[in-house]
Amino acid sequence: MIDPEVLEEYEAKDGYKALKRIAEEKISQEQIIQDVLDSGIRGRGGGGFPTGMKWKFAFNSKNDEKYIICNADEGDPGAFMDRSLLEGDPHAVIEGMVIGGYAIGATGGVIYCRAEYPLAIKRLNIALEQARQKGYLGKNICGIEGFNLDIYVKEGAGAFVCGEETALMASIEGERGMPRKRPPFPAEAGLWRKPSNINNVETFANIPWIIHNGPQAYAKYGSEKSKGTKVFAITGKIKRGGLVEVPMGMTIEDIIFKLGGGIQDDKQFKAVQLGGPSGGCIPKHLIHTEVDYDQVNATGAIMGSGGMVVMDETTCMVDVARFFLDFTQKESCGKCTFCRIGTMRMLEILTRITEGKGKEGDIELLEELAYQIKDSSLCGLGQTAPNPVLTTIKYFRHEYEAHIRDKKCPALNCKQLLTYEVDPDKCTGCTVCAKKCPVQAIDGERKEVHFIRQDDCIKCGDCYSRCKFDAIKLS
Amino acid sequence: MRVQRIKIEGEITSQDQVDLSLIDPLLEKYKNKKGNIIPLLQGAQEEYGYIPREVFQKLANETGIKLSDMYGVATFYAQFRLNPVGKHIVKVCHGTACHVQNAGAITDALRETLNVEDGETTEDGLFTLESVACLGCCSLAPVMMIGSETYGKLKGSDAVKVIKEIRIKESN
Repeated sequence: MIDPEVLEEYEAKDGYKALKRIAEEKISQEQIIQDVLDSGIRGRGGGGFPTGMKWKFAFNSKNDEKYIICNADEGDPGAFMDRSLLEGDPHAVIEGMVIGGYAIGATGGVIYCRAEYPLAIKRLNIALEQARQKGYLGKNICGIEGFNLDIYVKEGAGAFVCGEETALMASIEGERGMPRKRPPFPAEAGLWRKPSNINNVETFANIPWIIHNGPQAYAKYGSEKSKGTKVFAITGKIKRGGLVEVPMGMTIEDIIFKLGGGIQDDKQFKAVQLGGPSGGCIPKHLIHTEVDYDQVNATGAIMGSGGMVVMDETTCMVDVARFFLDFTQKESCGKCTFCRIGTMRMLEILTRITEGKGKEGDIELLEELAYQIKDSSLCGLGQTAPNPVLTTIKYFRHEYEAHIRDKKCPALNCKQLLTYEVDPDKCTGCTVCAKKCPVQAIDGERKEVHFIRQDDCIKCGDCYSRCKFDAIKLS
Repeated sequence: MRVQRIKIEGEITSQDQVDLSLIDPLLEKYKNKKGNIIPLLQGAQEEYGYIPREVFQKLANETGIKLSDMYGVATFYAQFRLNPVGKHIVKVCHGTACHVQNAGAITDALRETLNVEDGETTEDGLFTLESVACLGCCSLAPVMMIGSETYGKLKGSDAVKVIKEIRIKESN
């Protein structure tokens, strides 16, 4: 543990040594890029594009003005890896950016951080000021003649789509964060139409270690095609939630049961959601999947930025799909018709199914829409938005069918599909449920067992959440 | 979709009578910088808690940025508010982790105690209820945040209790 507001503590842990070595040994830009390529590190934001390749493109793009950008707009609900890094070790991110800036020949740097992370922004600003004073930022950094770079923090304003690189750049320029057509790629025309390179927080934080310890040392960790380590945020129905950093290639089972301690209340594990709203659900029978970019992609989910939401037998997969679509539909910027309207139609169908109004053919319609949205959207948001629906249909089709045909929710989660009954052994006759029932569908005298008239019940679930004695049974 | 049609309510009301000189330093700082719309709006909101119509007007007049461009940006991002908010903003997290831990029940309970819908402000101007995507403290799910205070591992009744305590404090 280091104090993130004290530069010396970072320096004592080999901080800025990589940068100093570059200056002392006059390591060339090409060599740095080669080292990053050799380490095999791939974009930690979720895309998994080789970082060294990205740098090479930006390096090859000749211009007097170039930008290095850090994507700290961590928008995936259920993920907080970048937040911890920015709050706990801001200098690692800055050093990574300076090294990246040197490699591509950047003249300016921006960290685009969510305004929802005030502590991260505060600590970044402290760290940047310290770095300026020590000459890690500014003119002729560490004595490297002609290497001038300063970095500033730009606060985002709350839009998930700004995690997409071209939308993020539009947002830095002060516009609505709407994605732009590619090509031209940011490496040719990015921020202010100048060559730009953009990486995620975690990617940058890995760079100083790679340069300091050498690419081979880094490549020792991980699987054949995914090198190094990855931080995951394990949340949901897990005993010990939180952040874990594991070597690539560890199985999901080990992460959940060995590191996470298993499922809350010892219930049955059902699925794990990877990659947030762009990702998918990995079911129990694929729990031996190793977390590396290619293996996870093969299941239909994506590695994503590292959110891992664990679900148990009480989680309804149709409701999970509906939840993610609700999110992406709200966050769609509106530029592409299929994303804007298609996600809305998908959400309507999913809502209908969870309310017990699903129709035969709905599953096929969802699939048709899903593929059209994926094919016809400009940016990652639309291209991946249908993933949660497609993976839940693939692995939990029977749950969809139970909702549509039998009007039942196997996980006892969708209120409209449940039957509420009073358990006579537990009911104390306190009359709370009867008084609060909005349609007066509950009969019963004080201190006597109550009774719910099923014909009148509107299944609002109010009695269930109010009963202090667990006397309302669901079925 | 992120864009919502904004309601224009006739005349400028007394609510909108604000001290416009408060944003002078802000204008000074960002006036001729490129990409200044978002920092200008963020600064104005910091000053007033929301962005009043008159402030839009003044920003437009002084910077030469089109009013329509500014409204375009302000309605695109979730952070910007065009209406005054309550003294306490109650943010209920509806991120994935909170959703699977039944965050819906928290919002339902708060809607009932506060007697407002999501996004609305109570009549006494004390509370604004808001659903947010993720507060980034998923291991405490379900979570709500009031001011800078975070309340974790909640049940509906816990959330109601917190509101009651604030109400009592405010009435003293």
